[in-house]
Amino acid sequence: MGQYTATLTVRLKAGVLDPEAKTTERALGRLGFEVDELRRADRFEIDLEADSASNAADRVDEMAERLLANPTIHDYAVEIEER
Amino acid sequence: MTIAIIRFGGSNCDRDTYIALEHLGFDSEIVWHEDGLPDDTSGIILPGGFSYGDYLRAGAMAAHSPIMDEVRHASDDGTPILGICNGAQVCCEARLTPGAFTINERARFQCEHVNIRVETTDSPWTANLEVGDVLEIPIAHAEGRFEADDETLNRLTADDRILFRYCTADGEVTDEANPNGSRDNIAGLLGRHPHVAVMMPHPERATLPDLGLTDGQGILTGVAESLTV
Repeated sequence: MGQYTATLTVRLKAGVLDPEAKTTERALGRLGFEVDELRRADRFEIDLEADSASNAADRVDEMAERLLANPTIHDYAVEIEER
Repeated sequence: MTIAIIRFGGSNCDRDTYIALEHLGFDSEIVWHEDGLPDDTSGIILPGGFSYGDYLRAGAMAAHSPIMDEVRHASDDGTPILGICNGAQVCCEARLTPGAFTINERARFQCEHVNIRVETTDSPWTANLEVGDVLEIPIAHAEGRFEADDETLNRLTADDRILFRYCTADGEVTDEANPNGSRDNIAGLLGRHPHVAVMMPHPERATLPDLGLTDGQGILTGVAESLTV
């Protein structure tokens, strides 16, 4: 068994409104920062053991599908590193 | 024969729902989610609140409580189910109903009276109402904006599964009457089975005459004839 750290990034699908990001963008504007667009994402760092990196990625995929992301509104990406 | 009101950690409209149902003459029981459904469950309500502090996403944690498997089986057996507010978020997260309820367009908690128009009566929850009826009912949510992709929305429309739309007092569906930016002004919808319904407005807060509004009564009483024994 290998030890891995998976980084799961969950973000809204293109075209889904993100009111928090819009509000944050406006707040940056009030501070004088010029920003074309701000996007927000959730990042999960998950330490786990698995037979292989691809096995670890499969498990984190399933975690995303079943809980950590909502496929209706989210896209996600998984990166795996040995630790 | 009892309507089970499922209480998760953080539910807070369970007692309001119980009192509203009691006022309407229904037997109901507040059920802690870890205890499972009572044997004589004939209807199920998932009440409003902030289950698990809305961690991750509103409803995401409660959707994976083991009692939701029982709710799923009950839905397949024909038991009427209504998810209200947080209960609606839980049902969407549990995929009993399609789409998602997410952060309001204006990114804030909104507690106000809204008007909703009945869009279908092909559900026990609206069986006492007429298409086009306008109900004045409170909302109280930060994550009530209905989102679904085009395919889901087209399917919901084609299958007559949109239950309520936000509207003006005259029943006009307009952008101004949409409090939270929901797609197509959707305030409530049906699952695969028409007896599984979710809605963001709170009918239990518009049931007791002492509280001012009573338009929620028709939704809760509608289910009476459909309660399974």
